[in-house]
Amino acid sequence: MQEYRVLSATAILGYGFPMASFEEGLTRNPHLIAVDAGSTDPGPYYLGAGVSFTDRGAVKRDLEAMLTAGVNRDIPVVIGTAGGSGADRHLAWCRDIILEIAKEQALHFRMAVIRAEIPKEEVRQAMGEGRVRPLSPAPELEEETLEQTAAIVAQMGIEPIIRALDEGAQVVLAGRCYDPAVFAAPAIRAGFDHALAVHMGKILECAAIAATPGSGSDCMFGTLYRDSFDVEPLSPARKCTTLSVAAHTLYEKTDPYLLPGPGGHLDLRETKFTQVSDRVARVSGSRYVKSPRYTIKLEGARRIGYRTVSIAGARDPVLLQRIDEITQGVRERVKDNFKSSGIAYDLLFTIYGCDGVMGSLEPLRQVEGHEIGIVIEAVSDTQAHADTICAAARSTMLHYGYEGRRATAGNLAFPYSPSDFHAGEVYVFSVYHLMEVDDPCAYFPMTMEQV
Amino acid sequence: MTRSITELTNIIRSKNSGPYELTLDLMFNSEENYRFVSSRNIIDEALICRLYRISPGQIIGIVHFEPANAIKVTIARPLCSGDLGETDVYGAQQHAPLLSITVDMPE
Repeated sequence: MQEYRVLSATAILGYGFPMASFEEGLTRNPHLIAVDAGSTDPGPYYLGAGVSFTDRGAVKRDLEAMLTAGVNRDIPVVIGTAGGSGADRHLAWCRDIILEIAKEQALHFRMAVIRAEIPKEEVRQAMGEGRVRPLSPAPELEEETLEQTAAIVAQMGIEPIIRALDEGAQVVLAGRCYDPAVFAAPAIRAGFDHALAVHMGKILECAAIAATPGSGSDCMFGTLYRDSFDVEPLSPARKCTTLSVAAHTLYEKTDPYLLPGPGGHLDLRETKFTQVSDRVARVSGSRYVKSPRYTIKLEGARRIGYRTVSIAGARDPVLLQRIDEITQGVRERVKDNFKSSGIAYDLLFTIYGCDGVMGSLEPLRQVEGHEIGIVIEAVSDTQAHADTICAAARSTMLHYGYEGRRATAGNLAFPYSPSDFHAGEVYVFSVYHLMEVDDPCAYFPMTMEQV
Repeated sequence: MTRSITELTNIIRSKNSGPYELTLDLMFNSEENYRFVSSRNIIDEALICRLYRISPGQIIGIVHFEPANAIKVTIARPLCSGDLGETDVYGAQQHAPLLSITVDMPE
């Protein structure tokens, strides 16, 4: 095999792609159709609560095109980080969609399902053996935090996917997975260079985002050679330029020269980007450096309570100048009102027009506009307690008497009735650590099924 | 002459790099402009600390990436993404202070 061709459908499963681009990719006879389905970007809720941040109907639409093409043409289909976060519930959700499609389209195939949720007991044991360390600047993992964590996943590398293909899987559905692995693993299995395969996977996992104009909802095609690889968008409206591809290397990364992953890191200090044609960019010279110990990244989230929010605006110029003392006054009134209630809570005010977007990083500390947006947020151990605190803060703020007030009929403009909303369970990231392992497949059990 | 950074760049953006870090990218519109700003270390720790009201200890790295004519600054997020008090879960709107940078260049 002189070249390995990969069709990347979309940046995140469920973000969609034009069928014309996908069909253009199929005419080039890909050896693999793959997609990354996940991210930690949407925050800790989705991992903790076990729900997907992508819509079921949208995921089904994308998968239907991929599975139909893959199964009918005998091209393996590999899906990473099922359900967005890749824990067991996300995996089951995505598997259910696949089974539904298979039934509706009368598709039959051998599917490997690879789990990535790590039992707390395994993490606890690894902690005891000194095999777990925080990914700076995350804090050390404490026993109490581990105990409160709802779900922990680990990012698998290429090895569990290679194992699934070795055992004859036509479709691989993986839990939490290092994003490039779904693209790189089959190519490495076919004998191609590890560094180039992973680097190509890094670009393909975001599909057409590395093209210009970029898009997270369009396909990208990768062709891996012995000493380089080419990337090309499949929509005629886009191009890959050396600059667009090199620029993508920066995206969501701390250091564009050294990119860590399971078992090692990519070293791009000698990487060359060359323009092959108007629309195709070539990449060569990337290196892969194995770590002395194989590590996998752990991610976990724990629930800290329930949230109720109230949204309002204000236009009074005196109020705008006194907003800090007003929120402070409301805070004190609520504290005093509930001091004997036993309710533990957090009460927060986000002031748009002041520092609502940047918080402590905001260099401009004065309200300069003519109006502000206000989000009152209460978090407590039950939804009812959060409701109570939010309602108290909202009503107190509505009628709070600040110095110089002329508008004595009310301080807040509410866009909605009801004014307060349940935001439900609140999760925070509680685990963001590396765990040393002897066997890269050990924590990723696989089941094979005939669909 | 004093020029705005917006005249010298195509892209100025921010995004999470994992839930604990915020990464800021400045991509210059020419190799010449990139080299000028890069070689004079105009985007340095002191500037970032002033623009974001942070201390040098919160800066994780400043990397000059020639293949993309880019300078990347990574800082520790004030809060882990999604923690109580979060204002920007994706970290996608933290770039604005960079737009105020000016560069003194020869005519």
